[in-house]
Amino acid sequence: MSETLLEIKGLSKSYPGVKANDNVSFTIQQGEIHALLGENGAGKSTLVKMIYGLVHPDEGDMVLHGKHYMPHKPSEARNLGVGMVFQHFSLFEALNVAENITLGMEHAPPRAELAVRIREVSNAYGLPLDPDRLIGDLSVGERQRVEIVRCLLQNPKLLIMDEPTSVLTPQEVDTLFLTLRKLSSEGVAILYISHKLDEIKTLCDHATVLRHGKVVDTCIPAEETARSMAEMMIGGELSMPTAREFTPGDTLLELNNLSLASLDPFGTSLTNVSLTLRAGEVMGVAGVAGNGQDELLLALSGERTTDSDMIKLKGVSLGGMGPTTRRALGLLAAPEERLGHAAAPDMSLTENAFLSARIRQKLEKSGFTLRNKRDDFTREIIEKFDVRTPGISNAARSLSGGNLQKFVIGREVLQQPTVLVVNQPTWGVDAAAAADIREALRTLAAEGAAVLVISQDLDELMEMSDTFAVLAEGRLSKPRSAVGLNVEEIGLMMGGNLEESANA
Amino acid sequence: MDFSTLNPVALIASLIMAATPILLAAIGELVVEKSGVLNLGVEGMMIIGAIAGFAISVETDSPWLGMLAAVLAGASLALIFGFLTQFLLSNQVATGLALTLFGLGLAALLGQSYSGMKPPSSLRLDIPVLSDLPIVGEMLFRHDFMVYFSLLIVVGVWFFLNRTRAGLVLRAVGENHNAAHSLGYNVVMIRMGAIAFGGACAGLGGAYVSLIRVPQWTEGMTAGAGWIALAIVVFASWKPWRVILGAYLFGGVTILQLNLQALGIGISAAYLSMTPYLITIIVMVIMSADRRRASLNAPASLGQIFHASH
Amino acid sequence: MLRLEPRQQASSTMRWLTPILAVAITMFMGGLLFAAMGKNPFEAIRIIFLDPFFHETFGPYSRSQLMVKAGPLILIATGLSIGFRAGVWNIGAEGQFVMGAIAGGAVGLALHPADGFWVLPLMTVVGAIGGMAWAMIPALLRIKFNTNEILVSLMLVYVAYNFLAAMVTGPLKNPDGFGFPESRSFTSVDSTHLPMIYEPLGMHAGVLVALGIVIAAYVMMERHLLGFQIRLTGESPRAAKFAGVNPAFIVAVCLGISGALAGMAGLFEVTGPAGKLTTNFPVGYGFTAIIVAFLGRLNPIGIVLAGLLMALTYIGGELAQLSLGIPAAAISVFQGMMLFFLLAVDVFVNYRLVWKKEVK
Repeated sequence: MSETLLEIKGLSKSYPGVKANDNVSFTIQQGEIHALLGENGAGKSTLVKMIYGLVHPDEGDMVLHGKHYMPHKPSEARNLGVGMVFQHFSLFEALNVAENITLGMEHAPPRAELAVRIREVSNAYGLPLDPDRLIGDLSVGERQRVEIVRCLLQNPKLLIMDEPTSVLTPQEVDTLFLTLRKLSSEGVAILYISHKLDEIKTLCDHATVLRHGKVVDTCIPAEETARSMAEMMIGGELSMPTAREFTPGDTLLELNNLSLASLDPFGTSLTNVSLTLRAGEVMGVAGVAGNGQDELLLALSGERTTDSDMIKLKGVSLGGMGPTTRRALGLLAAPEERLGHAAAPDMSLTENAFLSARIRQKLEKSGFTLRNKRDDFTREIIEKFDVRTPGISNAARSLSGGNLQKFVIGREVLQQPTVLVVNQPTWGVDAAAAADIREALRTLAAEGAAVLVISQDLDELMEMSDTFAVLAEGRLSKPRSAVGLNVEEIGLMMGGNLEESANA
Repeated sequence: MDFSTLNPVALIASLIMAATPILLAAIGELVVEKSGVLNLGVEGMMIIGAIAGFAISVETDSPWLGMLAAVLAGASLALIFGFLTQFLLSNQVATGLALTLFGLGLAALLGQSYSGMKPPSSLRLDIPVLSDLPIVGEMLFRHDFMVYFSLLIVVGVWFFLNRTRAGLVLRAVGENHNAAHSLGYNVVMIRMGAIAFGGACAGLGGAYVSLIRVPQWTEGMTAGAGWIALAIVVFASWKPWRVILGAYLFGGVTILQLNLQALGIGISAAYLSMTPYLITIIVMVIMSADRRRASLNAPASLGQIFHASH
Repeated sequence: MLRLEPRQQASSTMRWLTPILAVAITMFMGGLLFAAMGKNPFEAIRIIFLDPFFHETFGPYSRSQLMVKAGPLILIATGLSIGFRAGVWNIGAEGQFVMGAIAGGAVGLALHPADGFWVLPLMTVVGAIGGMAWAMIPALLRIKFNTNEILVSLMLVYVAYNFLAAMVTGPLKNPDGFGFPESRSFTSVDSTHLPMIYEPLGMHAGVLVALGIVIAAYVMMERHLLGFQIRLTGESPRAAKFAGVNPAFIVAVCLGISGALAGMAGLFEVTGPAGKLTTNFPVGYGFTAIIVAFLGRLNPIGIVLAGLLMALTYIGGELAQLSLGIPAAAISVFQGMMLFFLLAVDVFVNYRLVWKKEVK
């Protein structure tokens, strides 16, 4: 066995109300790929931030190369050979690749030299990059390359990767794994954070499992099954989704060559998106983030308007109508961002219920709020969707992510929509809440509504969808039945290869 | 009407004088905004600079010490703003307004005994040889020191922002403070530095008004110059060299309308006095009309509150 | 090490406590300021805050000025607060105040010396429309061209000042005024004279209107859909769009209302306390009202209290000028400080201060 690189001894860190890490200990060997496994909220991010010097532990100690190690800021960590690739990239859209890389380096070489080095290193590891391009113009996968190359230029001994594949197509994931294996063979250790078990099984040498901030298990992933690791993570038995029945009813929603220019200078415009959604149907729309998902949601919620005939609900053209009219007619939406889009952070749950439900639930009379009715509806959401909150007058931001998401989905589902569009319904939500949300959406469809689920989580889509399509660079593949679809095919579609796979 | 009394050479020279205080304040504010902070207190910092510069010049009989005092006064006032917005996380718009209201009051209070005085003679700097050139010499090379210095600051700011690592870091902080923080940069201290620089420049601009351009102390003498400086940053799309263009354009309009007033062309002086403000509005409209471009140029974190969550 | 830690939700105790705290700190720091000027700080604070009510000789006059000064501040601040809650920053109320006075005043002058109960209401309506129209300039520019309304509305203050100068030396000049730059007196004709309702507190008809509007504003903001949409836009613009709120509509409504109220306040000022249009009838109420709006927590009821307090500092300041020779500018400093300290202590509404040990 090779030498120990980093030893973590009893790290603890508390935030108000939560013990994010509780006496966490494990070791990382040189050149190994070590998985850090756990559900959302298990404390993985806090732990790696402590290793990278962004967060300071309340208690505990670390040893790197046999020496005491406790970085006070990221630059110290980088100096000692610890690099990190963030889940939400630490990149600057309006700056170019070279400038972004310089910013993350301690001893950056002069511009011209750096550009040469970037080309060299990025090509050597199969991650080609143009130093002069603006980050805003790069795809998500390319942005990740920038982060990785930035780390590699500093000859790291330990590379921390926080959920690196959540933003990649399956093909990009393969490329990344090749790079990581090459690094590992050169003696660089990789701390790999993920909750995707198949990846960990194929890639990692060791795994440490975190639950509620504590190390609950360690294992060698190759010797485990995805199911056994999932059970370590959750600490219980995993229930498998039940088989579904789907008999399509009448057409409820039609998109006809929906096109929409993005207002965000770095956004993706929609081009000729067409689909038909029938009663009882759950359609999954997969795709890597930034391929027009946000624009699709805005076009359907009515926050952006289009030509009238591009969107038809039960035959009524409503592309030119705003959110209020669309709600009245039965087309509802739940955006991805809970705080600040689906809900106003500092407003109470009652006011947030009023926000989207006032029309269908008739919560106002000639402009004046019917407070009792509003409060009753809020209570109904909280009860039926098991939203944990001290009271209905609490601010939206005081709820945990999962509870707020249940509130947001519940608010729309309980309005009995004809068609409900959701974007990333379970992003950052714990497994139990995610299962509840998926169940609620399926039930809604079973009762005769149609549901369009936009998500980057393929497993989720495979579990929920009757029909399936992929959004790539603002274009939608031809929807097809989800039965018998395999990940390889989806991967090709996500990479932008829409026609071929649609014809397959 | 007799336009022949208008001397283009003198016009250009006075245009430059009218533009310089705004140029100084605007270039300072540009740096502040590049770091992601919107300080609406420019007017307040200018007027404080105006009185501090004037008072210290009179007391010490040295315009240089006056300028220095203006720099310090502007920067100190700016640091109050910085402390409130960066450490106590107050709303930048409201705090900037408070700074202006407070600055105007404080300057009036400090200036009680200085009304009607004459400051010590100015800092004229005739550039040898060049200033003796006909026409061009009088137009461009017979100004006070501050005119050249203000242009030098603009060049310096351009160089700093585009050619130095520190400037890159400052721009990064203004683009995405969370990313800058996660790379380990001290967002708050970098912004405090930018805010202090902005205040120093505004203070200097104010002192230019009271010591050189007018030169006298009267209450509220900056008359909206600070607000115009803010507008010029928008006009310049946050690009240093375009701040020069904006300030000189504004200076041109001001001087032109003053000269037209003097000529008595039959339009009431009051209407002519409106023109600089109206032109500023029109220019801002033109620059902001293209939303896509405007949002590309503006620092992405401008005006947002930063609080490190860990 | 001291650190700020976000609260789970805004503290309602701090919401009303912070303005009081801010006033207390301002009194303390103001005292230091007066001491630095060589005045007795306790005496100065007493003169500013208590003498207007209780002084034997000055009291009656001071009390009669209270509402006169508070009225326009409350009226303007109520309008501004509606916009501020939506994130619409109208800081040009001073200009709208002037334009309202000119517009409404012009009607009165045109009708001079008409007699009739309808003259003043008509002037009031036109005054409100004048202020609203002036505020619609930044509104339309923001909606159409995305131009920053802060800078435009402020620029228009200077334009309005100059327009006022042009008017009182031109079309609206008193033809019997021996060439002075001022209009005819509105108070010398009954039909254009703002009636006084309760002299001892200076409650003229405009103050009554202001209080009515405060109540209407409160109901609108707390109970009505429009108020909800305004608050939602300010809290979270994207959530507002999701809710179906048209941001352009909110910008227009907010600037329209605040402009109309400022214009109305301007009209009340020239038909009442100022008596005529002159170049120096605007004394900065439009700017002071910004402080009043924040000090009143952007809440109509709070604004009434804050308006009265601010009026008190004006009146007390005049007394302090008379008896202690404290210059009027010191009062502006005092008012500015109050806003500063309020913004400073405001942090405790959403954050709490905690003591954290650093681990080495």
